[in-house]
Amino acid sequence: MKFLPFIATSCTGLLLLIGSGDLPITADPLSPPHTHVSPRYIEQGYAETNVPNMVTAVLADYRSFDTLGEVTAIFAATMAVLLILRTKEN
Amino acid sequence: MITTQNSAVARTISRLLIPFIQLFGLYVIMHGHSSPGGGFQGGVILASSFILMAVGIDLAEVKRRFPPLVLATFTSIGVLLYATIGMLSLVLGGNFLDYGVIPIPDARSVGMLGIEIGVGITVTASIVSIFCKLITFE
Repeated sequence: MKFLPFIATSCTGLLLLIGSGDLPITADPLSPPHTHVSPRYIEQGYAETNVPNMVTAVLADYRSFDTLGEVTAIFAATMAVLLILRTKEN
Repeated sequence: MITTQNSAVARTISRLLIPFIQLFGLYVIMHGHSSPGGGFQGGVILASSFILMAVGIDLAEVKRRFPPLVLATFTSIGVLLYATIGMLSLVLGGNFLDYGVIPIPDARSVGMLGIEIGVGITVTASIVSIFCKLITFE
Protein backbone atom coordinates (compact mmCIF):
# COMPACT_ATOMS: atom_id res chain seq x y z
CA MET A 1 0.00 0.00 0.00
CA LYS A 2 2.48 2.65 -1.16
CA PHE A 3 -0.27 4.34 -3.20
CA LEU A 4 -2.22 5.86 -0.28
CA PRO A 5 0.76 7.70 1.29
CA PHE A 6 1.63 9.07 -2.16
CA ILE A 7 -1.91 10.43 -2.60
CA ALA A 8 -1.90 11.96 0.90
CA THR A 9 1.52 13.60 0.37
CA SER A 10 0.52 14.95 -3.03
CA CYS A 11 -2.73 16.41 -1.69
CA THR A 12 -0.91 18.09 1.23
CA GLY A 13 1.75 19.50 -1.08
CA LEU A 14 -0.89 20.82 -3.48
CA LEU A 15 -2.78 22.49 -0.61
CA LEU A 16 0.45 24.12 0.61
CA LEU A 17 1.26 25.34 -2.91
CA ILE A 18 -2.24 26.82 -3.30
CA GLY A 19 -2.00 28.40 0.15
CA SER A 20 1.40 29.96 -0.52
CA GLY A 21 -0.16 32.02 -3.29
CA ASP A 22 -2.02 34.04 -0.66
CA LEU A 23 1.10 34.91 1.35
CA PRO A 24 2.18 38.58 1.22
CA ILE A 25 5.19 39.44 -0.92
CA THR A 26 8.48 39.13 0.99
CA ALA A 27 9.62 42.44 2.58
CA ASP A 28 6.41 44.23 1.61
CA PRO A 29 6.20 47.05 4.19
CA LEU A 30 2.40 47.17 3.99
CA SER A 31 1.81 43.46 4.70
CA PRO A 32 -0.18 42.68 7.88
CA PRO A 33 2.78 41.34 9.94
CA HIS A 34 4.72 44.55 9.29
CA THR A 35 1.86 46.88 10.10
CA HIS A 36 0.47 45.14 13.22
CA VAL A 37 2.86 42.98 15.25
CA SER A 38 6.32 44.23 14.25
CA PRO A 39 5.83 47.84 15.44
CA ARG A 40 4.42 46.55 18.73
CA TYR A 41 7.44 44.28 19.32
CA ILE A 42 9.92 47.02 18.38
CA GLU A 43 8.28 49.90 20.25
CA GLN A 44 6.98 48.22 23.41
CA GLY A 45 9.02 45.02 23.62
CA TYR A 46 11.46 46.34 26.22
CA ALA A 47 8.77 48.03 28.30
CA GLU A 48 6.63 44.91 28.40
CA THR A 49 9.24 42.18 28.85
CA ASN A 50 12.22 44.06 30.39
CA VAL A 51 14.57 42.08 28.14
CA PRO A 52 17.04 43.99 25.95
CA ASN A 53 17.36 41.25 23.31
CA MET A 54 14.38 41.67 21.01
CA VAL A 55 14.82 38.30 19.31
CA THR A 56 14.65 36.45 22.62
CA ALA A 57 11.71 38.58 23.72
CA VAL A 58 9.75 37.45 20.66
CA LEU A 59 10.91 33.82 20.77
CA ALA A 60 10.69 33.19 24.50
CA ASP A 61 7.88 35.52 25.56
CA TYR A 62 5.45 36.59 22.84
CA ARG A 63 5.77 33.31 20.96
CA SER A 64 6.96 30.96 23.67
CA PHE A 65 4.19 28.48 22.89
CA ASP A 66 5.86 28.05 19.50
CA THR A 67 9.23 27.47 21.19
CA LEU A 68 7.62 24.87 23.45
CA GLY A 69 6.53 23.11 20.26
CA GLU A 70 10.09 23.28 18.91
CA VAL A 71 11.53 21.72 22.06
CA THR A 72 8.87 19.03 21.98
CA ALA A 73 9.77 18.32 18.34
CA ILE A 74 13.46 17.92 19.30
CA PHE A 75 12.44 15.61 22.16
CA ALA A 76 10.24 13.51 19.84
CA ALA A 77 12.95 13.35 17.16
CA THR A 78 15.55 12.19 19.70
CA MET A 79 13.25 9.53 21.06
CA ALA A 80 12.49 8.35 17.50
CA VAL A 81 16.21 8.10 16.66
CA LEU A 82 16.92 6.20 19.87
CA LEU A 83 14.03 3.82 19.21
CA ILE A 84 15.08 3.15 15.61
CA LEU A 85 18.74 2.57 16.55
CA ARG A 86 18.10 0.59 19.71
CA THR A 87 20.29 -2.45 20.35
CA LYS A 88 19.96 -5.52 22.53
CA GLU A 89 22.21 -4.25 25.32
CA ASN A 90 20.07 -1.25 26.26
CA MET B 1 33.12 1.04 15.02
CA ILE B 2 35.51 3.75 16.14
CA THR B 3 38.90 2.55 17.36
CA THR B 4 40.49 4.47 20.19
CA GLN B 5 43.65 6.27 19.19
CA ASN B 6 46.04 7.30 21.91
CA SER B 7 47.40 10.63 20.73
CA ALA B 8 48.96 12.80 23.41
CA VAL B 9 48.50 15.99 21.40
CA ALA B 10 44.78 15.45 20.81
CA ARG B 11 44.23 14.43 24.43
CA THR B 12 46.09 17.43 25.90
CA ILE B 13 44.48 19.99 23.60
CA SER B 14 41.02 18.53 24.28
CA ARG B 15 41.58 18.67 28.02
CA LEU B 16 42.64 22.31 27.70
CA LEU B 17 39.73 23.34 25.45
CA ILE B 18 36.79 21.49 27.03
CA PRO B 19 36.39 23.69 30.16
CA PHE B 20 36.38 26.87 28.08
CA ILE B 21 33.87 25.45 25.59
CA GLN B 22 31.60 24.43 28.46
CA LEU B 23 31.93 27.82 30.14
CA PHE B 24 31.08 29.57 26.86
CA GLY B 25 28.09 27.28 26.32
CA LEU B 26 26.75 28.06 29.79
CA TYR B 27 27.35 31.78 29.17
CA VAL B 28 25.38 31.65 25.91
CA ILE B 29 22.49 29.91 27.71
CA MET B 30 22.48 32.25 30.71
CA HIS B 31 22.83 35.45 28.66
CA GLY B 32 20.32 34.45 26.00
CA HIS B 33 17.87 37.12 27.12
CA SER B 34 20.31 40.03 27.16
CA SER B 35 22.73 39.26 24.32
CA PRO B 36 22.65 37.09 21.20
CA GLY B 37 22.26 33.48 22.19
CA GLY B 38 19.75 31.25 23.88
CA GLY B 39 18.98 27.69 24.83
CA PHE B 40 19.33 26.12 21.39
CA GLN B 41 22.70 27.69 20.59
CA GLY B 42 24.17 27.26 24.07
CA GLY B 43 22.93 23.68 24.27
CA VAL B 44 24.69 22.82 21.01
CA ILE B 45 27.94 24.44 22.22
CA LEU B 46 27.72 22.53 25.50
CA ALA B 47 27.05 19.28 23.63
CA SER B 48 30.01 19.91 21.32
CA SER B 49 32.32 19.92 24.34
CA PHE B 50 31.14 16.41 25.25
CA ILE B 51 31.57 15.33 21.61
CA LEU B 52 35.14 16.68 21.72
CA MET B 53 35.63 14.70 24.94
CA ALA B 54 34.46 11.53 23.17
CA VAL B 55 36.56 12.10 20.04
CA GLY B 56 39.69 13.53 21.60
CA ILE B 57 39.98 11.82 24.98
CA ASP B 58 37.95 8.65 25.41
CA LEU B 59 34.55 7.51 24.18
CA ALA B 60 34.16 5.05 27.05
CA GLU B 61 34.60 7.92 29.52
CA VAL B 62 31.68 9.84 27.98
CA LYS B 63 29.54 6.71 27.86
CA ARG B 64 30.34 6.00 31.51
CA ARG B 65 29.41 9.54 32.56
CA PHE B 66 26.26 9.65 30.44
CA PRO B 67 24.45 6.30 30.31
CA PRO B 68 21.59 6.21 27.76
CA LEU B 69 18.95 6.22 30.47
CA VAL B 70 20.39 9.36 32.11
CA LEU B 71 20.50 11.16 28.76
CA ALA B 72 16.91 10.19 27.93
CA THR B 73 15.83 11.39 31.39
CA PHE B 74 17.54 14.75 30.90
CA THR B 75 15.96 15.13 27.45
CA SER B 76 12.58 14.81 29.14
CA ILE B 77 13.51 17.02 32.11
CA GLY B 78 14.19 20.01 29.82
CA VAL B 79 10.77 19.83 28.17
CA LEU B 80 9.20 19.22 31.58
CA LEU B 81 10.92 22.31 33.07
CA TYR B 82 9.62 24.43 30.19
CA ALA B 83 6.07 23.12 30.54
CA THR B 84 6.21 23.44 34.36
CA ILE B 85 7.05 27.14 34.13
CA GLY B 86 4.14 27.53 31.72
CA MET B 87 1.77 25.66 34.03
CA LEU B 88 3.06 27.65 37.04
CA SER B 89 1.91 30.90 35.46
CA LEU B 90 -1.38 29.22 34.55
CA VAL B 91 -1.90 28.13 38.18
CA LEU B 92 -1.02 31.60 39.50
CA GLY B 93 -3.82 33.17 37.49
CA GLY B 94 -2.26 34.20 34.19
CA ASN B 95 -2.23 32.67 30.75
CA PHE B 96 -0.10 29.67 29.81
CA LEU B 97 3.57 30.82 29.70
CA ASP B 98 2.62 34.34 30.88
CA TYR B 99 5.57 34.77 33.29
CA GLY B 100 4.53 38.21 34.53
CA VAL B 101 2.25 36.77 37.22
CA ILE B 102 4.99 34.78 39.00
CA PRO B 103 5.62 36.71 42.26
CA ILE B 104 9.39 37.29 41.94
CA PRO B 105 11.22 40.51 41.00
CA ASP B 106 11.77 40.93 37.26
CA ALA B 107 9.58 37.90 36.62
CA ARG B 108 9.48 38.12 32.84
CA SER B 109 13.22 37.85 32.27
CA VAL B 110 13.62 35.24 35.02
CA GLY B 111 10.85 33.17 33.41
CA MET B 112 12.59 33.47 30.05
CA LEU B 113 15.87 32.39 31.65
CA GLY B 114 14.07 29.37 33.12
CA ILE B 115 12.73 28.23 29.78
CA GLU B 116 16.10 28.86 28.10
CA ILE B 117 17.70 26.55 30.68
CA GLY B 118 15.05 23.93 29.91
CA VAL B 119 15.72 24.23 26.18
CA GLY B 120 19.48 24.00 26.82
CA ILE B 121 19.13 20.81 28.88
CA THR B 122 16.99 19.16 26.19
CA VAL B 123 19.25 20.14 23.30
CA THR B 124 22.46 19.11 25.09
CA ALA B 125 21.10 15.73 26.19
CA SER B 126 19.53 14.92 22.82
CA ILE B 127 22.64 15.77 20.78
CA VAL B 128 24.96 13.84 23.11
CA SER B 129 22.63 10.82 23.12
CA ILE B 130 22.26 10.78 19.32
CA PHE B 131 26.06 11.13 18.95
CA CYS B 132 26.79 8.33 21.43
CA LYS B 133 24.21 6.14 19.69
CA LEU B 134 25.45 6.77 16.16
CA ILE B 135 29.17 6.45 16.92
CA THR B 136 28.80 2.93 18.33
CA PHE B 137 26.05 1.73 15.99
CA GLU B 138 27.08 -1.26 13.86
